[in-house]
Order: sequence, then structure tokens, then C-alpha cells
Amino acid sequence: MIELRNVSKTYLNGTKGLNNINLTIPAGEFVAIVGLSGAGKSTLLRSINRLHDISEGDILINGQSITKAKGSQLRMIRRNIGMIFQSFNLVKRTTVLRNVLAGRVGYHSTIRTIIGKFPQKDIDLAFESLDRVNIAEKAYTRADQLSGGQQQRVAIARVLAQEAQIILADEPVASLDPLTTKQVMDDLKKINMELGITTIVNLHFIDLAREYATRIIGLRAGEVVFDGPVSEATDEKFAEIYGRPIHQDELLGEPVSGGM
Amino acid sequence: MSVNAEKLHPKPPRKIKHYFTAIILVVLLWRSAVLTDSSIGELISGLPNMLDLLKEMFPPNWGYFDNIIDAMLETIRMALVGTTFGAILAVPIALLCASNITQSRWLHYPVRMLLNLIRTIPDLLLASIFVAIFGLGALPGIFALTVFSLGLIAKLTYESLETIEQGPLEAMTSVGANKTQRIMFGVIPQVQAHFMSYVLYAFEINVRAAAVLGLVGAGGIGHYYEVTLGFLEYDKTCTIILFTLAVVLIIDYVSTKLREKLI
Amino acid sequence: MSKSWNTLVPKPRKNRFRWLIYVALAAVYIWAFSGVPFNGFKETAGIITKAIFAGIFSPDWAFVYLPDGEDLLRGLLETLAISILGTFISTFICIPFAFWAAVNMSKGKAISGSGKLILSFIRTFPEIIMALLFIKAVGPGSFAGVLALGLHSVGMLGKLFADEIENIDNGPLEALISSGASRMQVLWFAVVPQVLPGFLSYTLYRFEINVRSATILGVIGAGGIGTPLIFALSSRNWDRVGIILLGIIAMITIIDLISGMIRKKLV
Repeated sequence: MIELRNVSKTYLNGTKGLNNINLTIPAGEFVAIVGLSGAGKSTLLRSINRLHDISEGDILINGQSITKAKGSQLRMIRRNIGMIFQSFNLVKRTTVLRNVLAGRVGYHSTIRTIIGKFPQKDIDLAFESLDRVNIAEKAYTRADQLSGGQQQRVAIARVLAQEAQIILADEPVASLDPLTTKQVMDDLKKINMELGITTIVNLHFIDLAREYATRIIGLRAGEVVFDGPVSEATDEKFAEIYGRPIHQDELLGEPVSGGM
Repeated sequence: MSVNAEKLHPKPPRKIKHYFTAIILVVLLWRSAVLTDSSIGELISGLPNMLDLLKEMFPPNWGYFDNIIDAMLETIRMALVGTTFGAILAVPIALLCASNITQSRWLHYPVRMLLNLIRTIPDLLLASIFVAIFGLGALPGIFALTVFSLGLIAKLTYESLETIEQGPLEAMTSVGANKTQRIMFGVIPQVQAHFMSYVLYAFEINVRAAAVLGLVGAGGIGHYYEVTLGFLEYDKTCTIILFTLAVVLIIDYVSTKLREKLI
Repeated sequence: MSKSWNTLVPKPRKNRFRWLIYVALAAVYIWAFSGVPFNGFKETAGIITKAIFAGIFSPDWAFVYLPDGEDLLRGLLETLAISILGTFISTFICIPFAFWAAVNMSKGKAISGSGKLILSFIRTFPEIIMALLFIKAVGPGSFAGVLALGLHSVGMLGKLFADEIENIDNGPLEALISSGASRMQVLWFAVVPQVLPGFLSYTLYRFEINVRSATILGVIGAGGIGTPLIFALSSRNWDRVGIILLGIIAMITIIDLISGMIRKKLV
């Protein structure tokens, strides 16, 4: 469970990135965070695993404050949270397998990871994770030889190898074409439902948000202006979140068939 | 009528800066020529000397090869060992110099300054100093090459380090890795190909350098230049030059091919 | 469980060659290291190192300026003069070579290939040896150094210039050719303006390197600060060694700074 209590972030030049956010996200939910660019979606997401520090307030992951955690305690909390990025962030020159194994790094001592010999258990886990996203056969391929969609799936596999209970996805499909977008979102939804992993996704395609999420949080200028189930997220509500009517480029457009 | 024409034509930019630069250049050159006693006249009068020299150098004394093979091997050895030690030492130094890895200004600035200091001293001078300390032989040469390689490789590497993608590093932080693990998994894979390429480049340069370090007594084939020139046996000098050239060209070729494969 | 993955996704067999390369590399290294003459440091090594450091920290300030000549400032100035003149000469000489070696300036690879070969030859020829030869020709002193630097720099500068020429935009060239310009005019109006900033920048870069090389030339008698340095080293005059080293470091640092500033303005 993730709790945000009175979370604010003020930048050095005075602008408020986040303004007094209070949220509780129970385990197993699939949440989509929507809002205009600059509304604070990325800041919010990255505050949860403390890639960004907050100025006020507290964030608790399963009862433990990540805001106050330090050193190995912080790393252990992070170990439990997986993150996928818009630009995939794989190490391009290494193999897919090694990229996925990188997710296991938090479970071993430094010396062990430097030598690079991961236990067979980890390697099996890596393969299983790759299999879950249907890309196991590319295990020994160099990461930069894969397409965008494939790279994102490897990123998801890395999160799975982490055995994380929470997945944070920062605009995971923004760089992908509509068909690949659907594949990746399907994978995320499947993992969420089969493994019960809490999933929080930043999206700017409204129809995607409605299609895949169970709960939608709308941000505007760093504040939560909407928090409710998908059924309540009408076009009018979205217009409120954005402060203007929806534009055509905010809809993915493709008929997403076989919905969940 | 002319007033209107003036309003239409923009004024040409002032040429004063150009004239100024040109004057400075001419002054510099003239003073330099005076200081170094250089003149075309001397060059022309020296020309017959040069031609005589060239005549005495060719044909090269092929028999001399046997004498200098050992020295050439020693030269290559020196370059190999010096480059290797320099490369090993360069790794921590480069990591310390990169501002995106060593965030503390108190650390990366001083280390960079130290690096610049090391790189200011030319290799032959370093070799002379090391000869004064350690005596004659290949050892001071190896030390000089180590220091030189350290400077070169560390600088190129830390510049590379500062241009890596931050993305994979972010990913490693999000996974819960500590600093060392982040470097191992996020940084090193991105730069290792470049690093190897720089090491090979340093090796190319070091082979050339090692070939002359002997002039100051630091081992290698350089010593024989002094010997042959001193005895006015210019055909033997020519052999040394050609031999060195051949070795350097081969090593350059192999090294360039390897570097192409890396990047 | 592990067995099944290995059969489903076979690990690619590493090239047989790799093994051979590693073995060869290991052999080379063993040979290299075994040849290192490690007789243990001379007892004097430690003493001398300390003395040199002492010399650096309490340098012979008097040597900076002696009224009768032969002092640090004059030596440094001479070194600087050698590099300035040498770089200048090489810039002029290397321009025709650069055009010779550039692939896009001649029809057929044979011409540019031969140009590149000559530049490679000049670059590989150690400048110290060139200096020695020039000493034999024009006598010891700075002039030999100037000539050696001038000729040797042509190698690297020619290559860099040629690269720059090969990287130009063809557009302006086509425009001029189509308007009926002669070859010379095309060169002057389309090629030269594009490559000039790069040329200047590379010249300054080579100048920085030449300042360093010029300090060495004195070591073999081709003028500059190298000569007093060798004298000081052989006569164990550590204070003088100190001040000379400091002077060299200071001069190179200043030159690098100035040159760097100018180069930034060029790009």
C-alpha cells in the first residue's frame, strides 16, 4: 500500500511542483495518472521511489517511510518498487539477459554483483520474467538491437525479476506506435491481475487510461483535481482536469478490442 | 539622392579587429624568427648539407638489423607495460574526475587539476627526470610511459564518462542499487568500448614515444640513434628509422582495425 | 528447471577465435613483463626524488632572469618562438598536402590515397629524429628545431585539414559550379570559407602540442629550454630543475588557456 501525506515539492525558483497531495493506493490497484505536461505527473511518480526528493510531507510504502529512509534501508524499499521509463533506460550495449539480471542487484552484496556471477536461481527467474512478456528467445541479444516495444518489454521483465510488489510506469508507451502500445499495456494489465502487483502509470492518452485502469487520478498544476473510478471519468471531468476540452491528439484512436 | 542611398546600404562591419590580429601575427612571427636565428638564407645554405646527409643515409645498412632487434623488442615491451599500468591507474582517476559520478566539487576539481598538471610535462622530459632518479635502463622509460598514458587515457575516459546516458543510471537507482553497483551496471557497460579504444590509441602513441626515449637513456631503440649519429654512420641510422617506421605502421594498422571493431 | 531454459534458449557459443586471442594476449603479456628489468630501486632513487621535490618547492628564483642571458625567461621565450614559427611554417606547407589527400578534391582514390600515405609517413617519422637530422644540416640551435617542428607538424595538421575538407557541405560547391565558376573560384568561394574556422582551430591545437614538443627539442640540442634543463639534471642542480619545471608547466598552462579561449570563439 502506498500513502502520500501532505506531500509538496517546491523547486529552488519557487514554483510548486506538487502541492499538498494526499493519496492512498491500496495493493493490487491499477491507477492511471493523467494531466497536462508539466502538471506534475512525473514528479509525483518519481517521488514515490524517491528519485525526486519532496520538500514537505511523507510518503509511506507498506507502512515504511521512504522519505526518512537512508542507505541500505532506502535501497531495500526501492528494491520492492519497479520502474519503467519512457526511454526504456536499458543499457544498450549489454544483452537482454544482463539487463534483466540488473534487477536482482539489490538482493546481493556489492562484491558479488561486481564479479557478475548471479546464482542460477536468479538466472531462472530472469528467464521466467522474460517468458512472461514473451521475449525469452532474445535473452542473448544486445539490447540496442531490439525495437522500442521489445525494449520496453525487457524493462518490464527487469521489474518482474526484481520481484517488486509495485510497478511505477512513467509514460511507458509515449514512444511507441499504437499496436505496440496495446501490447505493452496488455502486459502491464496482465501482470497486475495475475500477480496482484500495484501498478501506477502516467499516461497522456485518455482512452488508454479509461481502458486499462481501475482508478484515475487527475493532476493539474501539482494538485489532485480528480480521484475516482474510471466510470466517473467522463469527458467533462477530463476537461476540468486539463482546464480545457480534450484534443484529438489526446486520444490514441485505435479501437482497442478484446478489452479487459 | 545619395543620402537615401546611404540609408539603404548597411554599413560594412569594422575591419579594425582583423587588422589588429594581422599585425599581432606579423610581430609574433618576426620576433620569433629573430630569436631563433631563422632565415631563408640559412635554410638555403644548409640545403647542400641536408642533401649530403640524405646521400649518406641511403642505402640503409641492412646488416645492422640484427644488432637492433633486441632493442626494438625492448621498445615494444616498454610500450606494452607502460600502457597497461597507465590504463589500470586511469580507471579510478577517470571515475574521480567525472562530474556526474563524483559529484563533490572538492574531489573532482582537484583531481582534474592534478591530471592537467601531469599532462603538461612532455614524455621525454618525464623520462629525463626518471632517468635521473632511477638511473639508465628501461625502467624509467616504463615509468614515464605509465604517467603519460595515465594522463591521456584518464582525460579521454572522463570526458566520455560525462557524456553517458543518464537513463540506465536512473534505472539502476530505481532498482535499489548502491553507488558501486550503479557504476558497474549503469556506467561501465556504456564506456568500456570507448575505454579500450583509448587504451589502444595510447599504445600507438607509446610505441612511437618508446622508440625515442632511449635518447635520454631510458631504454629502447632510441639509444642507438645517439650511437650511430655519433659515429657518423648514417646508413645505420637510416636502418633504425626504417625499422621503427615499419613497426609503428604495423602496430597502427592492427590497432586501428581493432578500434573500428570496438565502436 | 535450469536445464530446460538452456535448451529452450541456447547460449550463443563464443567464437573459437576468442580463445586463441586470449591465449595469444596472455603470452604477449608474460613475455613483456618478464623482460622488465626490475633490479630493485637504487638506494639513491628515494633520495633523488626527495631532492627533486625539494627543488620544486624551493626553486632557484634567481634563474628566472639573469641580466647576461641564458635564463629561464629567455629559454621559455625561445621555446615559444620555436613553436610559433614551426607551426606557422607547417600551416603553409600542409595546405597543398591537405588538398592532395582529401578524397573529394580529386578524381580517383589513387591520388588521395597517395597523399594520405605521404602524410602518414611524415607523421610517423619521430620529430626528434627529424630534429637530429636538421641539426646535422643547419647546425645545432633553434633553427633546426623550427624546421623539425615545421615539417613534422605537417603530418598531423595535413591529416586534420584533409578530414575537414572531406567534411564540407557539397551544396555551396554545386551552386558555384552550376553558375559557371572555375575550379579556383569554387575553391576560394565555397571550400575555403567552410574550412577556415576548422583550420584555425586545428592550427591552434597543433600549436599547443608543439609548445610541449619544443621544450623537449632542447634536450637534444635543438634550442629552447630543454638544454638548460638537461644541464641542470646532469649537474644535480635540483633547485634549478625545480624552477625550470615550474616555468615549463606555467608556460604550457597559460598557452593552453589562451589557445582554448580563442578556439572556443572560432567554433
